[in-house]
Amino acid sequence: MQLLRRVYQFGSTKHRFASDIKSTNRQKMNLFQAINNALDIELGANPKALLFGEDVKFGGVFRCSQGLNEKYGTDRVFNTPLCEQGIGAFGIGLASVGYTAIAEIQFGDYIFPAFDQIVNEAAKFRYRSGNQFNCGSLTIRSTWGAVGHGALYHSQSPEAYFAHTPGLKVVVPRDPIQAKGLLLASIRDKNPVIFFEPKALYRNAEDEVPLDDYELELSKAEVVQQGKHITLIGYGTSIRVLREAAKMAEKDGVSCEIIDLQTIYPYDGQTLVESVKKTGRCIITHEAPQTCGMGAELSAFIQEKCFLHLEAPIRRITGYDTPFPLVHEPIYLPDKFKIYEAIKESVNY
Amino acid sequence: MIFRISRSCFSSISVKLPPFKVHHLELDQLPQTATTTSSELLAYYKSMQLQRRMEIACDNLYKQRLIRGFLHLADGQESIYEGLHAGLTFDDCVITAYRDHCIALLRGDTPHQIIAEMMAKQTGSTKGKGGSMHYYKKATNFYGGHGIVGAQIPLGTGLAFAQKYLKKPNVTLIMFGDGAANQGQLYEAANMAQLWHLPAIYFIENNLFGMGTSIDRASANTKFYTRGDVIPGIQIDGNNVFQVRETLKFAKKHCLEKGPIFIEAMTYRYHGHSMSDPGVTYRTREEVQQQRKTRDCINYVKNIILENKVADEPQLEEIDNSTQNEIDIAVEQAKVDPVPPSTELTTDVYVDNENHFIRGILYKDSIVPKSQ
Repeated sequence: MQLLRRVYQFGSTKHRFASDIKSTNRQKMNLFQAINNALDIELGANPKALLFGEDVKFGGVFRCSQGLNEKYGTDRVFNTPLCEQGIGAFGIGLASVGYTAIAEIQFGDYIFPAFDQIVNEAAKFRYRSGNQFNCGSLTIRSTWGAVGHGALYHSQSPEAYFAHTPGLKVVVPRDPIQAKGLLLASIRDKNPVIFFEPKALYRNAEDEVPLDDYELELSKAEVVQQGKHITLIGYGTSIRVLREAAKMAEKDGVSCEIIDLQTIYPYDGQTLVESVKKTGRCIITHEAPQTCGMGAELSAFIQEKCFLHLEAPIRRITGYDTPFPLVHEPIYLPDKFKIYEAIKESVNY
Repeated sequence: MIFRISRSCFSSISVKLPPFKVHHLELDQLPQTATTTSSELLAYYKSMQLQRRMEIACDNLYKQRLIRGFLHLADGQESIYEGLHAGLTFDDCVITAYRDHCIALLRGDTPHQIIAEMMAKQTGSTKGKGGSMHYYKKATNFYGGHGIVGAQIPLGTGLAFAQKYLKKPNVTLIMFGDGAANQGQLYEAANMAQLWHLPAIYFIENNLFGMGTSIDRASANTKFYTRGDVIPGIQIDGNNVFQVRETLKFAKKHCLEKGPIFIEAMTYRYHGHSMSDPGVTYRTREEVQQQRKTRDCINYVKNIILENKVADEPQLEEIDNSTQNEIDIAVEQAKVDPVPPSTELTTDVYVDNENHFIRGILYKDSIVPKSQ
């Protein structure tokens, strides 16, 4: 057991950026395969890691846990009944006695029965027990975001509800390489983390993912594209949309800097501030509704730190303040056209 | 459709009911037989065929990508909906989860409205804004249509409270599945119902699988009719329309006199949980075929019709064809209906929506509220 523990500690490499990983031992994977790989590594290296949730045993409805039950057995990879509140609370209990509990909530839209447990129990455990107890080894994985036809209850982005809760960490990856590194970092982080996986990217996002055990730092944002004139901030699926809007703006001679927030809370304010001080303009985008979304928090923070550097008001291009619609999804979503328009208005302010 | 006018049109036919299982009740309180007439039998047959064919039509439309998103079909379970329609009235409230197309049909929507809603057309039951999981009908007290598992249970309990408070001679039928029976909210709601003697019927459609998980792997106690603890319960064959009907009549009487009751209806769905689920990874094709052959609810009624010479095969085939025709017409109509206009995106969020600015894909297509 001691030997295993040492191997576990030395096996993983920590990086700030995925580009720092020099490994040539890579394989083409999509997002669910990268998540699967991360879970496989953790279950293999850490005998106290447990993975559970609805339909996890047969491989999961999105295939994230494929093959894991066969490999690690039903006492480590198992199904729970249909009870999100039970799943969340059960995870907190397991984590508080030292197990690495990886709980899966099948759709982010279903996380609300567990909301009380997450916000009142998980987030405040360390604080209210004076650091005697904690559930730091809890990670809740859930799916997130629009998928083209999900409608009201299969498309929500609930990150803002949890970002409003000190004691929790919230992470959203943009592609397979980030996902694997961020997931492993989230699982091993000694605070409860909610890891939202963009379901639209499970099959669509592909990359050459390193097969090693590697972690990417939490609470660090990444500048995925350098630029001079305007800062575009997003996370998850939004990064793709931002890249397309930036391409459109480039034709007009506007150079856009794109930042992936990665850890929604606690977020890397420093990277954001450095960028906006350089460009003087900022647009924040997310699928979640506008009022009290992450855009609101980031706008307030950035204008406080960069007030005299701003050349234009900070814009938020987000979903509307309505429930996530059925057939009106294309109108609802913050697409590249809306962002491009905001870029134009910002630059011409 | 020409029927032989004979005395059998008006005389009653007696049907023996399958055995009940009871919890905190006496078996002799429940009926052993049900009576029906020829016209009633044919009406049940026609209605259930309409439900079945509507569900199959939706399956086809989904495969043609004219219905998108999440679609949960109820073919195989038609007798439950027919039975609830026969056993209760439109003044009794019904609330259910997402397998709700057939209830919408029986509570007053036309096949055209239902199919149009699934295709997200503006002529749909809920203006094309709800989709497959969200049917409602105020006029017939159908409270939907819910996507989150178990969420409808405490909601229905509230409806029952209102009925009792307003001294109405009516009950609320709260429907959910075997998977939802493990949600904490059921027990919270049932406790309130029993404490306050509410006219709530907790109706479990046990189709043996919660998505892909069999009942033994999800529930420690699979006798769902006993899960109400001190609340009485009955287990019935959900594929027997008469047993469903008679049990609901009994349940209504019980609720109005005493308080809540649990009913577990054993049934089976031929499709998977939803269209994303082939339905054969957790059960065999042979099992599904066996269910179709031996326990199909429409065949049960068909056999009674044929045995009692209420109608013959060609006449039943005519009914089949006419229902298919009705569905086909509805489908074709729904196909050409328009989608709801973009203004519907921001209506009905609040009672008054004047403060919303709707930005179109191109700025010039935006809708500016009058106050701006």
